[in-house]
Amino acid sequence: MSGDIIGIWIGAILTLGIFSFLYKDNPFYKFSEALFVGISAGYWFVVTFWQYFVPKFWDNLSLSFHELVANGRIDYHWIYLVGGFFGVLMLLRLVPKIGWLSRWSLAFIVGTTAGLQFTRYLESNGIRQVVGTIKPLVVGGNLGTSIGNIIIVVGTFTGLIYFFFSKEHKGAFGGAARVGVWFLMINFGAMFGYTVMSRMSLLIGRMDYLFSDWLKLIK
Amino acid sequence: MRREVPLVLTAIVGITMIIAHFLPPLNSLKDLFEDWFFIIAAFAIILGILNLILVNGNNIYRKQKGWPFGVVVILGFLIMTIIGLGFSGGKSFQDPGTPFYYLYTNVYSPLSATMFALLAFFVASASYRAFRARNIEATMLLLAAFILMIGRVPIGYWFSDWLGDALGKTADWIMDFPQTAGQRAIMIGIALGVVSSALRVILGLERTYTSGE
Repeated sequence: MSGDIIGIWIGAILTLGIFSFLYKDNPFYKFSEALFVGISAGYWFVVTFWQYFVPKFWDNLSLSFHELVANGRIDYHWIYLVGGFFGVLMLLRLVPKIGWLSRWSLAFIVGTTAGLQFTRYLESNGIRQVVGTIKPLVVGGNLGTSIGNIIIVVGTFTGLIYFFFSKEHKGAFGGAARVGVWFLMINFGAMFGYTVMSRMSLLIGRMDYLFSDWLKLIK
Repeated sequence: MRREVPLVLTAIVGITMIIAHFLPPLNSLKDLFEDWFFIIAAFAIILGILNLILVNGNNIYRKQKGWPFGVVVILGFLIMTIIGLGFSGGKSFQDPGTPFYYLYTNVYSPLSATMFALLAFFVASASYRAFRARNIEATMLLLAAFILMIGRVPIGYWFSDWLGDALGKTADWIMDFPQTAGQRAIMIGIALGVVSSALRVILGLERTYTSGE
């Protein structure tokens, strides 16, 4: 048996292990689930190590160290030690007496995320969407586009009215909010449809794996 | 020290990231902060792994219910980590042909795909129980989902072929107009929420992350 065939057998047995949950919770499923947890943790650890830790921390410090040994110069790459220092502070969470120091690292993470997301969301989710909604309501000679533009403008505006909770949803304002809910419902329906289809697509993929790659019943 | 330093640090880093967006000369500082961010995130992964090992190790040591599965978790983690770090060619660990790639293709990928495929059954049964056309809103959600799903598969085309693929075209129309409108309202709402939350965090009005050990 070649390595590929053994691999397919392992994959097929683990696939059946997960699917066995459809019957009921059982040791075969629990084994597959536990293996998934362990393998996933290992996978992300290795990916993080090679794609972030090594290039951003280790390689930069190696450069500094070589520069120091070869030319006796202290170059700017040593600044990456600060990132490592914050990283070590994060690990101190496991030491109860000085665990509060991990808040410093957390503060750095929170500050970076807040600053980055502030501009990113304002630009992509805010301004660009508003610009995309400012459309002509009447397009000469093209009824379909005119109706489409009206739907987008009315739907976006009424949807935003629904999210405005500082005023009671009554009267004309409440009516507009109700129209907004209709558009939101259509959006949720579409998202739900796509979610179901993506899960079905995965299911078809697994069936294809079992019947085609493993059992060779489908050519 | 315990509360003031984190608040000041968050404010300095947050304001720098925002200003750097508008002042290109500060971009190198922004990049440096992002690099530090990833270094801290790498250490945070180590923290998570240590926690996973501690929890499962504790279950094994105390022989708690289901402890053999804790052994499987730790063994799975060790196998993937040792092979990925030591026996898969360093930075090219994900290249086809490496032992890490073999484990990814034959263990991680089937388990991950099947876990999500399993949700197809639960989504189907949950929607069967939850979806009732009780009012206009529920009916619209139901119809949008139904048309989207049937309009995107061959059977939908087969049903509406004699009408010029009406189902497929209706699905496209829903996606292009009413769905886009609803999605835009949500996206603008999210943008306003993120911006106000970020400002609260940077200005120190939101400080829940400074509590707890």
